[in-house]
Amino acid sequence: MLLVPCPHCGPRNASDLSYKGESHARPDPNSATAEEWRSYLYMEDNPAGWLRETWYCRSGCRRFFVLERDTATNEFRNPPVPGAKLGGKA
Amino acid sequence: MSGEFKPSRLGPQSGEVIDRSATIRFTWDSKVMTGFAGDTIASALMANGVRIVSRSMKYHRPRGYMTADYWDPNGFVQVGDDPNVRSGHRLLEPGMTIDPQNVWPSLDHDVKAANGFVGRFLTAGFYYKTFIRPQRLWPAFEKVLSTFAPGGTVDLDTPHRLHDKRYAHPDVVVAGGGPAGMAAAIAAAEAGARVMLVEHEHHLGGHLLWGSDEDRALAAKMRDAADVAGVEILTDSTVTGRYEDNWVSIVQRNHPLAVERLIKARATSLVVAPGLIERPYVFAGNDKPGVMLSGAVRRMINMYAVKPGSRAVVLTANADGDAAVADLRDVGVEVARVVDARAGENVASANGPGRTVESVTLGDGTSIDCDLLVTAVGWTAPTSLLNMAADRPVYDATAARFFPGGPIDTVLSTGGLTGDGTVEQLVEHGRATGRLAAERSAVAKHRIQAHTARAAPVSGDEPAWPHDLRAALGRDPHPELFRSTTHGIVDFSEDVSSKDLVGAAAEGFDSVELLKRFTTATMGPSQGKLETVNTVAVLAEARGETIEEVGTTVWRPPYAPITLGALAGRIFEPVRVSSIQPWHEANGAVDILAGAWKRPEHYGDPAAEVMNTRTNVGIIDVTPLGKLDLQGPDVPKLLSQLYTNKWMQLPVGSVRYGIMCAEDGVVLDDGVTARLGDEHYLMTTTSSGAATIWEWAENWLQTEHPEWQVHVTPVTTGLCSINIAGPNSRTLLGRLCPDIDLDPDAFPYMHVRTGTVAGVDDCIAWRIGFTGELSYEIHVPSGYGLHVWNALLDAGADLGIKPFGLEAQRIMRLEKGHFIVGQDTDGLTKAPSTGLAPLIKLDKDDFAGKAELGWALDEFASAESKAPRLVAIQPTDPTVVPHEASQIVRAGTNEILGRITSSRMSPTLGRSICLGQVAIDAAAPGTMLTIVLADGTRTTAEVMARHAHFDPEGERLRG
Repeated sequence: MLLVPCPHCGPRNASDLSYKGESHARPDPNSATAEEWRSYLYMEDNPAGWLRETWYCRSGCRRFFVLERDTATNEFRNPPVPGAKLGGKA
Repeated sequence: MSGEFKPSRLGPQSGEVIDRSATIRFTWDSKVMTGFAGDTIASALMANGVRIVSRSMKYHRPRGYMTADYWDPNGFVQVGDDPNVRSGHRLLEPGMTIDPQNVWPSLDHDVKAANGFVGRFLTAGFYYKTFIRPQRLWPAFEKVLSTFAPGGTVDLDTPHRLHDKRYAHPDVVVAGGGPAGMAAAIAAAEAGARVMLVEHEHHLGGHLLWGSDEDRALAAKMRDAADVAGVEILTDSTVTGRYEDNWVSIVQRNHPLAVERLIKARATSLVVAPGLIERPYVFAGNDKPGVMLSGAVRRMINMYAVKPGSRAVVLTANADGDAAVADLRDVGVEVARVVDARAGENVASANGPGRTVESVTLGDGTSIDCDLLVTAVGWTAPTSLLNMAADRPVYDATAARFFPGGPIDTVLSTGGLTGDGTVEQLVEHGRATGRLAAERSAVAKHRIQAHTARAAPVSGDEPAWPHDLRAALGRDPHPELFRSTTHGIVDFSEDVSSKDLVGAAAEGFDSVELLKRFTTATMGPSQGKLETVNTVAVLAEARGETIEEVGTTVWRPPYAPITLGALAGRIFEPVRVSSIQPWHEANGAVDILAGAWKRPEHYGDPAAEVMNTRTNVGIIDVTPLGKLDLQGPDVPKLLSQLYTNKWMQLPVGSVRYGIMCAEDGVVLDDGVTARLGDEHYLMTTTSSGAATIWEWAENWLQTEHPEWQVHVTPVTTGLCSINIAGPNSRTLLGRLCPDIDLDPDAFPYMHVRTGTVAGVDDCIAWRIGFTGELSYEIHVPSGYGLHVWNALLDAGADLGIKPFGLEAQRIMRLEKGHFIVGQDTDGLTKAPSTGLAPLIKLDKDDFAGKAELGWALDEFASAESKAPRLVAIQPTDPTVVPHEASQIVRAGTNEILGRITSSRMSPTLGRSICLGQVAIDAAAPGTMLTIVLADGTRTTAEVMARHAHFDPEGERLRG
């Protein structure tokens, strides 16, 4: 099982967190076109390599945070500064 | 030879692991026998003269012990109610009832052995090809074939036994307790690591146990050293898998309390030291009882004091074969001929004519009488755990075996898997590996601590990453010996011969992955530990290529088969109950599991509960209702963001209903939120949505609006919730709430008050009405829940008070036409479909789902709208209650127009009532629908004008 480095709780089993998918900025719901909005909802870049993704430490500190993960090696880098504004979607 | 040889117990041997002072009685095939403590079932059977222990899977050929250890493909027996026991591994216990399996009518006279005569029809793929057509006959084929299928008998009355689970966080796990593994564990522990040493067999020591006296003395010394160093030693335990980030699964079979225990260990470093597995040789008759591998013979002689034969031929290509010759001679077995493969000698066949070996034909045609043929032709490297860390083994033709591929940072290997050497060299390599594993583990831990905000501060800089400076073990040359000039069995558990493999390759299944699946070679209970390399070698020969070119299959988890019990483990499924549950249980409640909650479905008669509530007063325990305490100046902003309707102006003391949508416009949850004070609100969610909505609120607060000041505290279990419904509810509550003015003008519908209930301070009461009756919902500190419940029952005795359960609540909700999120809506139901379009306020700046709901409202308003409509439906025949999920079709056709989402018999109205989702052209009030019932018949039903079947104006509710 993947070990996810929660910036507050330390490395935790992935089952202690929930995976929120790729981190993309939320478009303005008042001006976004349907295509932009649905791209935000459903389309993923899914690269083989570094990816910014949002995690929620459900069974620990209950904080949302963004991590960078290499999808080819499962290496993580750049844990966020706690309290920073995060772009994420559920 | 005259008379059939029977194996027997030898006099005391210096290395024996049996306790001759502890005699154990057991039965084999209904015959009473004795063995000693420390015997495996296999050694006990052999000591009692048993040579034939099973019949093979397909051809029912007689089989005896070949490896006589965990991996023996011939040693599966039934022990009492336990089928498929590995008799080469399981220790003998007093009173064991041991029986052969897959035999009929008996082991000695198995009529299914007739399969053997038609063997040429049962080649690879036979089942696939022969029984596939005609398909209608498959059930008949299956019935016949299943009587021939191997495996023991499952006793359905077997008592439940404890299987346990454990989570462990060692620094280093060492898989394999031979000399290298023990040395690694000791060195790692001495370097300060917390170490688990896991050995598959019952004793630490590996091949030292059947070696010289000096070998055994070393094993004992290292075992003690491991103890002293604080190594946690797990014997009779198997590392079954290695997953991401060294998540290691271990099945412990010798736990004092549990039948098995599954240990999930997160190891910082893993040391893989499984040793080598001796490989069988492929030749005609290689599965005859009396053909044994050199390791099996040496274990039987040295550890269990069993004489495996009287006159032996030994085919040897290595030192282990030579040692077997010496061991046999030491215990008085005549070695008729040593066939030295290094000198080009070979064995062509083991011959009968009886069921066991009676003679051996050599490569040059010489025939030698014997009752035991020992082979020592080389090794399989069990690289499984390395494969699971993405390592790909590489074949070395000079050493005639596979070796690990590249190095992996935190998965290190040592011992015979990595090379050859003297015991001292293996131990030294093990020690170096253990030290490296411990050093790398220390660096990894330093990194974790340094990168964890809440961890204790680390001292000093991060140590340098320890490089692998181990001196590699050498590789001894070894002749490549896989198949003789004849064909024989390659996979003993699946009865697959080399001839089958050659035939399958000729048919086009000539890639190793295809060949394996088509013939099932390597797919039996030995999982390729004995068969993989021979399979690859036979295929290479058939293709005219080298083993390197053919490549090998990749071992996936598990390393050894795992029982379902070990996987299931102890049941860790916490069930939530309210503090009133003891009363429910004492008063005839029939419970239902709703999500994580156990709660009363009813108390015997839900229809009577409905009628009493509508006539007098009823109370229901609604504690599972999700409850979030919200505090802070920005709560209204959060509410506006979560709900589709408006919340900025909710007055203190008011309650409002709202629905929440996800960003795709689909209904996520609904409920009421009350404003208790200036900056204090209590939100309720559906029972099943409690956790989701808490997370949803946190998501908005943490990601999009970290500037909002709101504290969200889940109080679902902190407050016990009771709904009091019915015409007498105001009178009842008035008797218990001295400081709350219940006058309808002072406390109107959709308002909230705080005060004392039955002497309990700080209770919250609000007037809402999903039952359609005058009702109050009270939330009391959960420790007082039972007290308040009892106080209500006492105070309401003369008012006709009765409890009601979830079923009565559902009936009353449906009578009122209130939809249930997830029951009447689904993962595609956008908010307009529920009929609550007026609650969607697009003039708000933002709220979850706003963009989609704007488009959804436009779509909903168009004549061609594809969105379903939630409507109330009443069957024409009031006695017919269509099942939930019954289809609604266009009359006279099979065109689906929708489905029934909720249906009940209404005791209030005396007729069946439903909610359903239908297409736009079936949604107009008065439309006659056709519903397909569960039995296929059709019935008609009418679409109603309003969702509420009962009291649509809500007069009872607001009174």
